[in-house]
Amino acid sequence: MYLQATLTPPVKETIRTSGADAVLRSFIAEEVDLIFGYPGGAIMPVYDALYHYQDQVRHVLTRHEQGAIHAAQGYARVTGKVGVVMATSGPGATNLITGIADAMIDSTPLVCITGQVGSHLLGTDAFQEIDIISISMPATKWNFQVTKAEQLPEALSRAFYIARSGRPGPVLIDITKDAQFEMFDFAYRKCKQIRSYTPVPTLNLSQVEEAADLINSAKKPLVVFGQGVILGNAEKEFRQMIEKAGLPAASTLLGLSALTSDHPLYVGMLGMHGNYAPNVLTNECDVLIAIGMRFDDRVTGDLSRYAKQAKVVHFDIDPAEINKNVEADVAVLGDCKESLQALISLVYERSHQGWLEEFEALKGIEQAKVIEQDLRPTSGPISMGEVIHQVNLQTEGNAVLVTDVGQHQMVASRYTQFKQSKSNITSGGLGTMGFCLPAALGAKLGAPEREVIAVIGDGGFQMTIQELGAIFQTKAAVKIIILNNSFLGMVRQWQQLFFDKRYSSTEMENPDFVTIAHGYGIKGKSISEREDLKTAVMEMLSHNGSYLLEVHVGKEDNVFPMVPTGASVSDIRLE
Amino acid sequence: MEQAYTISIFSENSVGLLNRITSILTRRNLNIDSINSSESETSGIYRFTIVVATTEAQIKKLVLQIEKQVEVMKAVYHTDGDTVFQEIALYKISTQSIAEGNLVEKLIRDNNARILSVEQDFMIIEKTGHKEETQELLEFLKPYGVLEFVRSGRVSVTKPMGELEGI
Repeated sequence: MYLQATLTPPVKETIRTSGADAVLRSFIAEEVDLIFGYPGGAIMPVYDALYHYQDQVRHVLTRHEQGAIHAAQGYARVTGKVGVVMATSGPGATNLITGIADAMIDSTPLVCITGQVGSHLLGTDAFQEIDIISISMPATKWNFQVTKAEQLPEALSRAFYIARSGRPGPVLIDITKDAQFEMFDFAYRKCKQIRSYTPVPTLNLSQVEEAADLINSAKKPLVVFGQGVILGNAEKEFRQMIEKAGLPAASTLLGLSALTSDHPLYVGMLGMHGNYAPNVLTNECDVLIAIGMRFDDRVTGDLSRYAKQAKVVHFDIDPAEINKNVEADVAVLGDCKESLQALISLVYERSHQGWLEEFEALKGIEQAKVIEQDLRPTSGPISMGEVIHQVNLQTEGNAVLVTDVGQHQMVASRYTQFKQSKSNITSGGLGTMGFCLPAALGAKLGAPEREVIAVIGDGGFQMTIQELGAIFQTKAAVKIIILNNSFLGMVRQWQQLFFDKRYSSTEMENPDFVTIAHGYGIKGKSISEREDLKTAVMEMLSHNGSYLLEVHVGKEDNVFPMVPTGASVSDIRLE
Repeated sequence: MEQAYTISIFSENSVGLLNRITSILTRRNLNIDSINSSESETSGIYRFTIVVATTEAQIKKLVLQIEKQVEVMKAVYHTDGDTVFQEIALYKISTQSIAEGNLVEKLIRDNNARILSVEQDFMIIEKTGHKEETQELLEFLKPYGVLEFVRSGRVSVTKPMGELEGI
């Protein structure tokens, strides 16, 4: 194999077996006990092998390959383990692409197995043949086509290692059908290291010292943190560091739940629909400390007017993120658990009381102008915010929140109270509508002991509505809340604000979602009156099994605050 | 300001890696001026030489994205001043047209070119040099009728010592 690697001794003794059987044995060696997928011609030998390992590897049959990969993503995000998905060649493989791209941009560890036509048919336009290696290349961390059974164990051990190490990401292994049938001598050796690949840069302590010097001399420091804190299992170190140095900390969309929402130093969410205070004060801080985040354009707004007054310290595991969007004065490369540990001992104990009060003051403005009406309206239709508020009250912040993309996602992300890490699962970078329902299934199967709540818009729900079938078949107790405004709400909001209310193709005539749920054996209820909300949420949460609650919300409600495209973060609008 | 940069990439020899690297350029709407791949001084480690015209801000990010690929050990960029580089060009011309006068001798003396092959109908001239030099010879030969012309991708070695250690 061309990728030079260091491997462990064989996990078990060598055995003569088929390529397909080897795939399952490799899964077991990697401690995979749950996979998602959809069978078809070119992957049938692996599905046949799967039949013999049902007691060790559970396979969840989704209703579409896109559903399978989003479910694997939900599973990976809630467990921190590698999600595994299988599909056949051709359309099976291409249907994975959206999920692969989503996992790539949101750094989710996945191993995708696709069947491929027999190697003698490659390049002949055979039935269900597509060059998935080329198609998936720019959206995978690594991919490889297996044409001989003997390549399988080495390809798979590298795949799992690459997917989970360093900055995680999706890997795709394409296996020709003849390689699945071929008999060979199998032994599995786990991958420990790859010659050409440096997953974690070595921590340079002098960089940490420089970072500490800037933090210690700061009068108005602001921490902006992302999913890197969660992926690096560094929540504890992160909290200890900000507590010792008294640093206000704001989260990106994917960083949510790394720090508890009620932490006194938590100052809210960043970005286009984030909180008022952290957006405005980004342009007033003197030291901006970015930890495991990548300065997405939805976070920064206009880069030429983003934190220009501040010295920037950037902690990241990926060297390509440094100076990509925002120039760093000090860059600390490495695993953030390790770098934060080193930083804790170097920062001074501080409180920055006056500076924190500035956040409080702006929070008060947002509370009065936006939050109060969002969470506790007294007239008009139900608001999205009050639904989330009701869920917070009843789950006490212990639920896993899975969201789709759009207005409901922003409202849910703004208002959900998180008490533990890995509780926020959403499609951030790619903004994939249809992500939520299958991801919630994967999350529930990955964390069956936790309450998993899927909050979805009426648009996104209908993009992967077929996965009600997989929820039905697995009996996963996913709680589904549809915030139905009969519009593609976020696009409509933009049409209202920036396209003179020309509502081009955004209004939706929707089916009876509760009847559809009933068809899948899922109990459901639809409400549109404020007085029914509390009881309906209670009924949903106390129901033993999956439940669909449709809430008719204001048709033309908008999400505020908002940083309009091209504006500076400090020009955030409250109305 | 845009200028020519030479990217040198050291990697494993894998199916599809070229595709992976070029897609990093394609994604940023960058055209490749020239590309070459061969085994490096270390057996088993391959070296790509890619020339692109872009800005320094862009090229810095580009090499980091390339180096991030699992199969890539190292990627560096240089301006022309920091490398020694060459290209090779082959010219196929009619033997009859070029055999008149002292053309052949002038050609070889003035251009530091050489004749690779002489057939009854045509001859093949080879010249190595920078693009402008091989282009100059092409322009010189055009009036005599150039039947075929081909120029290779740039090959380049870097001037700074030590930066490629540890690959």
